[in-house]
Amino acid sequence: MCGYGGYFGQVPEAEALLKRMIAAIAHRGPDEHGIFIAPEAGLGHARLSIVGLGDGQQPMSDETGDLTIAFNGEIFNYVELRDELRAKGRRFRTSSDTEVILHLYDVMGEDCLSALNGDFSFAIWDKRRQRMMLARDRMGVRPLFYTTHGGTLYFASEIKALLQVPGVSAELDPVALDQIFTLWAPIAPRTGFRDINELEPAHLLIAERGKVSIRPYWQLDYPDRSAQASFVDEGQAAEELRALLTDATRIRMRADVPVGSYLSGGLDSSIVSALAAKMAPKGLRTFSVTFDSVEHDESAFQMEMATALGTHHTAVACRAGDIAKAFPEVVRFAERPIIRTAPAPLYQLSGLVREQGLKVVLTGEGADEVFAGYDIFKEARVRRFCGRQPGSRIRPHLFRKLYPYLPGLQQQSAEYLAAFFGAGDVPLDDPLFSHRPRFKSTAATKIFFSSDLRATVKDYDAAEDLASRLPATFGRWHPLHQAQYLESRFLLPGYILSSQGDRMAMAHGIEGRFPFLDHRLVEFATRLPPEMKLKGLVEKHILREATKDLLPPSIGRRTKQPYRAPDSRSFTGIGELEYVRDAMSETRISDSGLFNPKAVTKLYEKCQAQPVTGFRDNAAFVGILSTQLWLQAFTGTRTRAAEAA
Amino acid sequence: MTETIKDKVRAFVIENFLFGDTSYDLADTASLIENDIIDSTGVLELVAFIEDQFGIAMADSDIVPANLDSLSRISAFIETKVGAPVTA
Repeated sequence: MCGYGGYFGQVPEAEALLKRMIAAIAHRGPDEHGIFIAPEAGLGHARLSIVGLGDGQQPMSDETGDLTIAFNGEIFNYVELRDELRAKGRRFRTSSDTEVILHLYDVMGEDCLSALNGDFSFAIWDKRRQRMMLARDRMGVRPLFYTTHGGTLYFASEIKALLQVPGVSAELDPVALDQIFTLWAPIAPRTGFRDINELEPAHLLIAERGKVSIRPYWQLDYPDRSAQASFVDEGQAAEELRALLTDATRIRMRADVPVGSYLSGGLDSSIVSALAAKMAPKGLRTFSVTFDSVEHDESAFQMEMATALGTHHTAVACRAGDIAKAFPEVVRFAERPIIRTAPAPLYQLSGLVREQGLKVVLTGEGADEVFAGYDIFKEARVRRFCGRQPGSRIRPHLFRKLYPYLPGLQQQSAEYLAAFFGAGDVPLDDPLFSHRPRFKSTAATKIFFSSDLRATVKDYDAAEDLASRLPATFGRWHPLHQAQYLESRFLLPGYILSSQGDRMAMAHGIEGRFPFLDHRLVEFATRLPPEMKLKGLVEKHILREATKDLLPPSIGRRTKQPYRAPDSRSFTGIGELEYVRDAMSETRISDSGLFNPKAVTKLYEKCQAQPVTGFRDNAAFVGILSTQLWLQAFTGTRTRAAEAA
Repeated sequence: MTETIKDKVRAFVIENFLFGDTSYDLADTASLIENDIIDSTGVLELVAFIEDQFGIAMADSDIVPANLDSLSRISAFIETKVGAPVTA
């Protein structure tokens, strides 16, 4: 796991540029740095050594010197691929997975991507064909950004590196801001930065002869809802799931350094930790975050699971003030405004893992997308149930069952519950049916947009933009699969794996590995009948069935507790810091020109005065603060606190 | 009297849910939920405001959109509860 940057085209002072690019992302690869410069292209690499510790230096060229690669990530099936290549007469000079990609590309060209099982992002310079190929893994675990400037293509693992290119400047993209304040994340390839794109998951980019072409090499797909079910027998499906998940975990334990595991106390990380513990002869180390607030803390479940597995468990406490303290760095690493604080405790957690001397952790990420764990899937089902009998006073009570952790909701009447969830209001054939209430309630934060920003984005509708990008087959899928697609294809790479995932882990040089996102398991799960995943209102049913012997019943039967962290409350009261007051001040808000200063002042006062703040106000507060910090970090719009420092 | 109640309610909604944005064209009959002005926490804030400001104890059965989902409905509900005339 590492970071890299590079270019294809003519660049003056190439070595100095590559060094600056790599220095900007040195946190991703503190172990070694390397540079490759050819007349037409250049690559730089910062390495976090995990596989092939002594001989995996990058950028790496093949024996002929015609192919050179800069690679971030892991190819988990590299052992099998190397054996196959050796059987065909290929000779290897190193023990690294990097060299396997080079050989595979030499044999198969860009078709090599279909053979790779891993989390990867890489650039291959092909001297013979005078072309640069960039590629990214199927689910979007590892990042890759690019821009063109002066006829040269520049690319890097993080945007910070691209900002080292003379003439490339950081400018906030107002449409991206609208998307974040509606959908929680920009719609790729758009990023928060104007004119800087990300390569979408499962895509490859080829630059040759002055042209850039981009295409997908894999697609997340679901069967027609009228098609015959691939699985009828639940026992058989559970058995196959268990075998796939076990193998996905096994190959993710491959490393020349110890592999640990996050343990949140929920079902998914408990399953992964349980499987990993069986494969760690020297014992498994597990890590978690604890919270002061009862509504967020899961330490009792974490300890129960760690004790049951006999792991060496270490926890970091996220106390009042910790989120506010870390938040400027969190935004700088996330490289985009965010409307939730949830990445901050994960930033703390990766710091703990680093302190403890580990570089690699498994996590349970992906299970909620792949096996339908999120509340939004259940919510959509209840909304459809209510929509079939509009005006029912009984059916809306089910919404309470979905959100036991939201006290404001528990006290509402059936009429209000139906109204809040738009039960009966959204057409059942709306492609965004499952997510409409979330997008609508998030977009309510745009009330704080300044008149200038409103004039800039005009009638732009982020949700409709998203709907226009859905595949042609989408309408033929089961509603649960449609909802899973929206989560897996957009929010997973756009927020979970990036702002909460890669960027928070790599801030401390930690590599996350996600067994549930093994593409074999993802493809298998798309073929499962919806009722095996969401059985009534029981989420991840088939996963529970497949792993029930691994977990104590209290964990195995646990209802999904979404991972959340205190939001606006983190920045007011005990944890309130000077930079927050400054960034949210009328003067600074006026300077940025993006939000209405008087409205933001009132919001700030409201959040300070009230112990409980609603979703919109929380999201708006965190979104506005993070936007202000983003501007400060990347565009030089300084706050008074920064000037004084 | 009616105007006073409605004005107070309007001022509260603008201050607390629209953050002082007086340019927002808030019609008396506009739904507060459909227009994303109020959420589940907001309903509880509104109830606290009505109880504190008008001395009304609201039963659970009172807390329904039919009573609270627009300025007109809120004003009419308060008037009924305080025994004030429905029109000025």
